[in-house]
Amino acid sequence: MRNSIEVAGLGKRYTVGGRGAKLLTEVVAGWMRGGGGDKDTDFWALQDVSFTVGTGELVGIIGRNGAGKTTLLRILARITAPTAGIARVRGRLSALLDVGTGFHDELTGRENVFLSGAILGMSRRDVRARFAEIAAFAGVEQFLDTPLKRYSAGMRLRLAFAVAAHLEPDVLVIDEALAVGDAEFQARCLGTMEDLQRSGRTVVFVSHDLGAIGRLCKRTLWLDQGRIVFDGPTPDSLRKYFDAVGRIDAGRAEIETDPHVPVALKSVWITAEDGAPLTEPTRLDTVVIRLRVEVRERIPGLDVGFYIADSMGLRVLEDTLRVAVPASPLGSAPGEAELAVTLPGVLRADAYLVGVYVYSGHDYFVVEEPLRFRVAPAPGESEDGLRPAVRPQLTWSVTGVET
Amino acid sequence: MTTIDATRVGGEDEWTENRPPRRGLPRLDLGEAWRRRDLGVTLAERTLKVRYRQTLLGVGWALLQPLAGLVIFTLVFGRLAKLPSDGLPYAVFVYPAMCLWTYVSTSVSAAAAELPQNPHLVTRVYFPRILSPAAAVVPGLLDLAISLALTAVLLVVYDVRPEPQVLLVPMWMAAAAIVAFGVGTWLAAINVKYRDVRHVLPFLLQTWFFLSPMVFPSSLVSDEWRTVYALNPLVGLVDGFRWSLVGAPAPPAADIASLVSAVVIVVGGLYYFRSVEVKFADVI
Repeated sequence: MRNSIEVAGLGKRYTVGGRGAKLLTEVVAGWMRGGGGDKDTDFWALQDVSFTVGTGELVGIIGRNGAGKTTLLRILARITAPTAGIARVRGRLSALLDVGTGFHDELTGRENVFLSGAILGMSRRDVRARFAEIAAFAGVEQFLDTPLKRYSAGMRLRLAFAVAAHLEPDVLVIDEALAVGDAEFQARCLGTMEDLQRSGRTVVFVSHDLGAIGRLCKRTLWLDQGRIVFDGPTPDSLRKYFDAVGRIDAGRAEIETDPHVPVALKSVWITAEDGAPLTEPTRLDTVVIRLRVEVRERIPGLDVGFYIADSMGLRVLEDTLRVAVPASPLGSAPGEAELAVTLPGVLRADAYLVGVYVYSGHDYFVVEEPLRFRVAPAPGESEDGLRPAVRPQLTWSVTGVET
Repeated sequence: MTTIDATRVGGEDEWTENRPPRRGLPRLDLGEAWRRRDLGVTLAERTLKVRYRQTLLGVGWALLQPLAGLVIFTLVFGRLAKLPSDGLPYAVFVYPAMCLWTYVSTSVSAAAAELPQNPHLVTRVYFPRILSPAAAVVPGLLDLAISLALTAVLLVVYDVRPEPQVLLVPMWMAAAAIVAFGVGTWLAAINVKYRDVRHVLPFLLQTWFFLSPMVFPSSLVSDEWRTVYALNPLVGLVDGFRWSLVGAPAPPAADIASLVSAVVIVVGGLYYFRSVEVKFADVI
């Protein structure tokens, strides 16, 4: 089979201790003291990573934060050089490690399309030829001559992705760019990736959204601590990954939050109905999913949604706050709020991922899949053989049998 | 979606490799930068658009700095200190130098600042980084052209007749751009590596200003030191601008040193930039 990506013995060492960029004055002072040098420590973000990706393959990469996923993509995209080994890519590569890199607030939507296109590697002729398509894809035709600073976060995102979607690369590497945006937007992004693959392009997709990985990728690499732990069919990778991380998270996730965002999800955890701690419920147990949200500025109509995806990446159920409580005061004033969602025992025995999104109108403030937990079989029961989507306790009755 | 194969960069079967940086002199790979020149043009265009949209003064901004220099230096150095001016009225003598200096200092600062101020350009996308300092020296050329055009007013006011060498002005502007690019490339690379350089930069620029024959003629330097003095590329540039625009004496043969040092600065800057470029994303 023809390969589009070949990676052999790849390693990347970072030096920690220094803050990256040094101060010239420190270096000069070092010379005057007569050398000596800092006691920097090295750490390998990637070590001995080897794999190949065939032309036309769509490969997923999963792993916890800090596992080396982004470093790998950066090396594939030539943003940084490896310390050891080699990475080769055949044909034209586009890397989407961010949406809207280089966008400038003072420029209009139209001007930003040209700017972003140029940064991502399109010639001006390419952008001009596809401009109408890009604008239509983004759905911002009426605002093309409006400065970007007046765009909502959602419009900005759609415009950024529209440019990226028209790059026509031979190889696309994409990192979490889809972790933002509404369901329709995400569906379009995934659709674009599928289209690319169907037309024979090669796609490497890094995501925390195991659901998307499960739906899109036949093959998935699992990276941990800079090494490939498993490389094989996606269901096997996901199962192994879930087995490894499910226990670690133990029913509770604390989230590091960016202090500049208007709304932050602080923690997500599960408890029993009476509030008692719970790490591994059985399929018959009622589970309460609790979210702590910090609202930092008044955002009327703020809504919170959550979904649960199983180990195959299938989204089993979803609900939002305002469907249940239309007049919820959430967002009417800054402060911390705790939300509790009671979920009756409907899940089958499996590993699950809880996804949370906090949004209002077109603006998505939080989109994360922070929590994983396992559901055990009911006492005395084995794992569900048929893997049904849900397994609520149904009511049975039997009549007409002579006893 | 339509595919436009003609504009593809690199063939479909061409492998692009990423390996550890090799020891010794790096390959410059200017061909790749040339293929991506549209990005340089777009970045320069962005800077111009943003500047002229944000400031009320717009074009006036281009003139403010050299005009202020003209007034202050004519009063202080022309009237009070009575510095020599190659037989020209002091205002006519100092103005082309003010225009040149405004261009060189703003372009060099812009080239040094672009990448550290836009870390996402370095950590989230790949492009030949040299396009950033290259694009940074372009927008100032418009301001330079506008401010130089105003020399005509001074020539009329002081009744100085332009000489035919005024036709060489575009060549001197190109030379100024190349010098600004060379110095800017060095500073951009150093600025990414050492974050405190931006604090030293104003001081470095000020020193460079007073070492260059801006407010005094280069003929003030004695003949035996003249060649050494011209190792500062601004010496040859200022002489050239003055000669072309306002008919000052032609640059002496010693100014060849400026040409040589400009070439060394540009080539050295390209190699230095290239050798640290691969580490930008790791240190920024």
